[in-house]
Amino acid sequence: MSETFTELDVLSTAERWAGEGRHLALATVVETWGSAPRPTGSHLVIDADGNFEGSVSGGCVEGAVVSEALDVIDAGEPRMLEFGVADETAWRVGLSCGGRIRVYVEKVN
Amino acid sequence: MHRAILAALNEERAARRAAVVVTELATGRQRLVREADAGADPLAGDIERAIVSGKSGIVETAEGEVFLNAHLPPARIVAIGAVHISQALAPMAKIAGFDFEIIDPRTAFASPERFPGVTLHAEWPEDVLKARPFDPYTAVCVITHDPKIDDVPLISALNTGCFYIGALGSRKTHGRRVDRLKEAGIPQSSIERIDAPIGADIGAANPGEIAVAILASVIEAFRKRKMFAERRGETAAA
Repeated sequence: MSETFTELDVLSTAERWAGEGRHLALATVVETWGSAPRPTGSHLVIDADGNFEGSVSGGCVEGAVVSEALDVIDAGEPRMLEFGVADETAWRVGLSCGGRIRVYVEKVN
Repeated sequence: MHRAILAALNEERAARRAAVVVTELATGRQRLVREADAGADPLAGDIERAIVSGKSGIVETAEGEVFLNAHLPPARIVAIGAVHISQALAPMAKIAGFDFEIIDPRTAFASPERFPGVTLHAEWPEDVLKARPFDPYTAVCVITHDPKIDDVPLISALNTGCFYIGALGSRKTHGRRVDRLKEAGIPQSSIERIDAPIGADIGAANPGEIAVAILASVIEAFRKRKMFAERRGETAAA
């Protein structure tokens, strides 16, 4: 876990990126139903160029979260996203595992 | 998230202290609650539950949905003794996802050649603990067989309320250890927290098997959240 903390730790990365003056959004899994790949509390940090670190799913919905995050960085207001098989977007970006997740995206400022 | 909150959160995490980020989802209002301040927060009960369970989640309040993100320190295993068992335990602990470090003042044992890539402190435990004290998210395994090395960290682990405390040795050896701990004024309820003989009772017969037994017991203590047994009133405070 020490390696995780120094190399892959999302919140440390967020702090470092913010210190470099990059504009960021932080996405957090706030609720899960069924078999969700990443537990509640998991983070993804995104910068204005679309670079990201961390995960909110097994890679299924990160692309969609990143594009929403770019809007949040511009607009400044937080946004709640929902992904899952019950959602019509499932055909586009969904969770193949059959779960459903809510992701809160906020600007780091 | 405000950068000040992010920085303060990372500071708590680096110091191995639990903290909860509280977010009002309707307004985006956010605050950081340190474990020590949880009791004074308006959501004290929910926050304390999040810390004890280690589970993040949404709670319903009069102001609407509030998300509690519980950040607990990563669990670590500290082995007192750079012995044969530790050589097997080091890679296993890492694979299972634990931080792992070894304290042993005997430099012939605690050598990088015997423990490549492992955090080694070739110093007396009392000196290491001054800079790097145990905490409730630490499992302590005393396995040198030498009271001069083992007893100080063992007492420190009991006083700290480490989530797992195991001690190597036969029942006879442990009997003598218990006598010494009693003489040192350690209460019986604390002494009973020591897992001795160390590890799950699987008939382990060699260093590798004993390492498996130790790791099984540590995982059981971690997943069953024994670091909070005192707070739940299941055992007397150490």
